[in-house]
Amino acid sequence: MIFHNQIAAAVRRRQSAKGSGMTSTEALLRVEGVDVTISESRVVQAASLTVDPGRIVSLIGPNGAGKTTLVRAALGLQSVSAGSVWRRPKLRVGYVPQKVMVDPSLPITVRRFLSLGAGTNGAAVNSVMNEMGVAKLSDRPVQQVSGGEMQRTLITRALLRDPDLLVLDEPAQGVDISGQEELYRMIGDLRTTRGCGILVVSHDLRLVMAETDHVICLNGYVCCEGQPKSVVDHPAYLEIFGIRHSDALAVYTHNHDYRHRADGDSIRSSADTDKALTVADG
Amino acid sequence: MDDFLVRALIAGIGIAAVAGPFGCILVWRRMAFFGGALAHSGLLGVAAGVLLGLSPMLALALFGVAAALVIAGAERQRSLPGDAILAIIAHTALALGLVVVSLMETVRVDLMGYLVGDILAVSDLDLIAVTASLVVGLGGLYLLWRPVLAIVVNEDLARLDGVAVGRTNAIMLMLTALVVAVAIKLVGILLVVALMIIPAGVARGLARTPEQMVLWSMAAGVLSVVSGIGASLLWDIQTGPSIVVTAAILLGVVWLPALRRS
Repeated sequence: MIFHNQIAAAVRRRQSAKGSGMTSTEALLRVEGVDVTISESRVVQAASLTVDPGRIVSLIGPNGAGKTTLVRAALGLQSVSAGSVWRRPKLRVGYVPQKVMVDPSLPITVRRFLSLGAGTNGAAVNSVMNEMGVAKLSDRPVQQVSGGEMQRTLITRALLRDPDLLVLDEPAQGVDISGQEELYRMIGDLRTTRGCGILVVSHDLRLVMAETDHVICLNGYVCCEGQPKSVVDHPAYLEIFGIRHSDALAVYTHNHDYRHRADGDSIRSSADTDKALTVADG
Repeated sequence: MDDFLVRALIAGIGIAAVAGPFGCILVWRRMAFFGGALAHSGLLGVAAGVLLGLSPMLALALFGVAAALVIAGAERQRSLPGDAILAIIAHTALALGLVVVSLMETVRVDLMGYLVGDILAVSDLDLIAVTASLVVGLGGLYLLWRPVLAIVVNEDLARLDGVAVGRTNAIMLMLTALVVAVAIKLVGILLVVALMIIPAGVARGLARTPEQMVLWSMAAGVLSVVSGIGASLLWDIQTGPSIVVTAAILLGVVWLPALRRS
C-alpha cells in the first residue's frame, strides 16, 4: 500500500489540472437500450448504463449474464443490434480485459508489453510501474507472471493512457482472496487520486460494495440497479444471488470500515473468507 | 559457379529472408493452418493462370490474395472449428487443383515442381518477382510493425489504442498471400508453410524480443536455404525437401539442449 502515498502528490497535481480545465458534469459514457446478438442468441437485452466523471459504477451478475459483452459493446469492441452507445468525444479509456493471453511464442517482457500502448515515454512507464508495484516484473516474460501480477500489469497498462474512464472486467480474477480486498480498495483509491470514472465488472457484489456509487445487476437484461444497499434488498437481486449471499453481505458491510492489512491476519477476515467461499460455491 | 546455381541462391536467400518474418507472425497469431490452406490452394491458382495465359508466379500471387480473403471469411463461421474448416479448404483446393491440371490436356504443368518446389529453374521474371515480394513484404512489415505487434498481443487493447485493426489485418493477409505465392517457387505447395514456420521456431529459441525473433528467423531461413541447396547438389536430392529438412535439423540443434535441461 506504500505506493498510494508516493503517487498521491503527483496525481493530485494532475487532478487539479483536470478539474480546473473542465468541470463539466457531462457523462463519460452512455449506453441506452442496447441489444447484443451473438450467433443468433440475444446475449444482452435493452441494457442501459451511464458512467459520470469520478463515479464508480459496478456491473454485477451471474456467469453468462452478458457483463463482458455489454462492456465490450460500451467500448465499441462489439457491435450492437439495437440501442445506442455514446462516448464523450476524445474519451481516453483504460481497459483491463477479463483475460489477456499473450501467446507463449511471442518473446516479450512485461516492460515491453507496457510500452506498446500509444505514446508512452520511458519515464512515465517507470513511474506508473512503481506506483502499481510491478517494477520488479520489468524484465520477466509477460507469460510468466502470476494471475495477480498480470492484473496489476494490465491495470498499469490502462493507467499509462492517463484514462478519463477506467474499465475493469473482473479485475480480481486469479488474485488470492486476501489480495482481492486490497485490489478493490486500490481501485477505489484510483477514483480519488486520478479523478477518473470507473466501470467495474464483477460476479460478486460483496467485493465491489465498499467503493461503489451505483450498482447495475445484469442477467441478460438489467434486473435492478441503484445504490449498493438498495440493490441487495431488491427481490430480483435476491432471486439471482439467493438470501445467503445477502446475509454474507451484511457481515461484510458491518466491517467494511475496518482497514485490515494486506496480509489479512485477522480472525474476522478469515471467517468472512470462509463464508465467501461457501456462497461462491452455492 | 553455374549461372542456374547463382540464381537459385539469390532467389532462395531472398525468399527465406521474407518467409521467416511472416512465419513469425503466423506462429504468434496461431495461423499456421491458415498458411497451409493458402498454400494448398496454390495449384488451383497455377491452373487458372495457365488457362488465362498469365505467368505462374503472377497467377499464384493474384489467386493467393483472393484465396486469403475467402479463407479468412470462411474461418469466421462457427458451425465447425476453425482448424477443421481450414483442413477442408486446404485439401479440397489441392484436390481441385490436381483435377483441373489433369484435365488440361494441351498444356503440361510441371506438377512435381509446384508440389515440392523447383528452385533450380528460376527465370529472370522469377527473380524480379522475388525481389518485388522481398521489398513489398519487408517494407510493409516495417511500416506496420507497431500496429501488427499490438494486434498480436491483444486485438481489443490494440483497437482501444487506436490501431486500425481491420485494415492492418487485411494488409497483412494480402502480404502473407504474396509471400506464400513466391515461396512456393522455392519449396513447393506442400512445404511452403514449413519454410515459414520452422525458421520462426528456431528463432523463438534464440530471441528475447519480437524484433530479435524476426531477425533470427531470417538468419535461420537463409542458412537453411544455402545449406539445403548445397546438400541437394552434393547428394543429388530434391532441393525443396532438402531445404526444409535442413531447417528442421537447425530447429533440433537449437531446441534439444533446452528440452534436455527441462
